[in-house]
Amino acid sequence: MSATLLMWSVTLAHVLLAVAMVCQAIRFIRGPRAQDRVMAFDAFYISSMLLLLTFGIRTGTTLYFEAALVISLLGFVSTVALAKFLMRGEVIE
Amino acid sequence: MTHLAELPVWAQLLAAFFILVGAVVTLIGAVGLLTLRDFYDRIHTPTLGSTWGTGGILLASIIIFSVLQSRPVLHEVLIAVFVTVTMPVVLMLLGRAALYRDRTEGVETVPSMEAVSGLVEDAPETDGK
Repeated sequence: MSATLLMWSVTLAHVLLAVAMVCQAIRFIRGPRAQDRVMAFDAFYISSMLLLLTFGIRTGTTLYFEAALVISLLGFVSTVALAKFLMRGEVIE
Repeated sequence: MTHLAELPVWAQLLAAFFILVGAVVTLIGAVGLLTLRDFYDRIHTPTLGSTWGTGGILLASIIIFSVLQSRPVLHEVLIAVFVTVTMPVVLMLLGRAALYRDRTEGVETVPSMEAVSGLVEDAPETDGK
C-alpha cells in the first residue's frame, strides 16, 4: 500500500503548524506588553520545533531531529534570560 | 517519500493519527494565544503545544522510525523529557515576572502583596519593601 494517507496527514500537519506559527507571530507583534511578547516567542519556538520534526518524518533523516533538539535547548535558555530580565532589569546578578 | 510506503498499514494509521492530534492541539493553543483577552488567561495556552502537541508528534516519530529500522528508536524521548521539564519552569518565571511588573505599576486587577500576605499565616514581612 502506498503511504497516501500518511503523506497527506504530514502535509496537513505542516499547514496546521504554519497557521499556529502565524497566530503566535501576530501575538508577538501586537504585544501589548513585553511579557506577552516573550510568551508568544516561547510558544513560537515550540511550534517551529514541531514543524522541524514533521519535516524529519517526511524526509526520513535524523538531521532535523538534532536541529529540533538545539532549538528546544536554546529556546529554553533565551526565554529564561528574558523572563529574568523582565523581573530584575538584568540577566546575571 | 518512498520510506513511508514501506511501513505496515497499522503503523501508518497510528502515525497519521498521532501527527494530526499533535498538530491540531498545537493549533488550538496558538488560536487561544491570539484570542484570549488577559495575559493571565493566555499564559495557559503554550502548554497545549508542549504537552500533547509535542507528545503526539514525537510518538508518531518514534513509531515510524522504530518500525522502519526494526529496533526501538528512542532518542525522541530526549526532546519530550526536556520540553516537559523546562516548560513549567519558563511559565512560572514569566508569570512571576508579569505579576511583579503589574504590582509595581499598580494594576488593580492583580492581588496586591498585602492582600496575599493577609491570607497566608506565616507570610514574610512586607513592610521593609
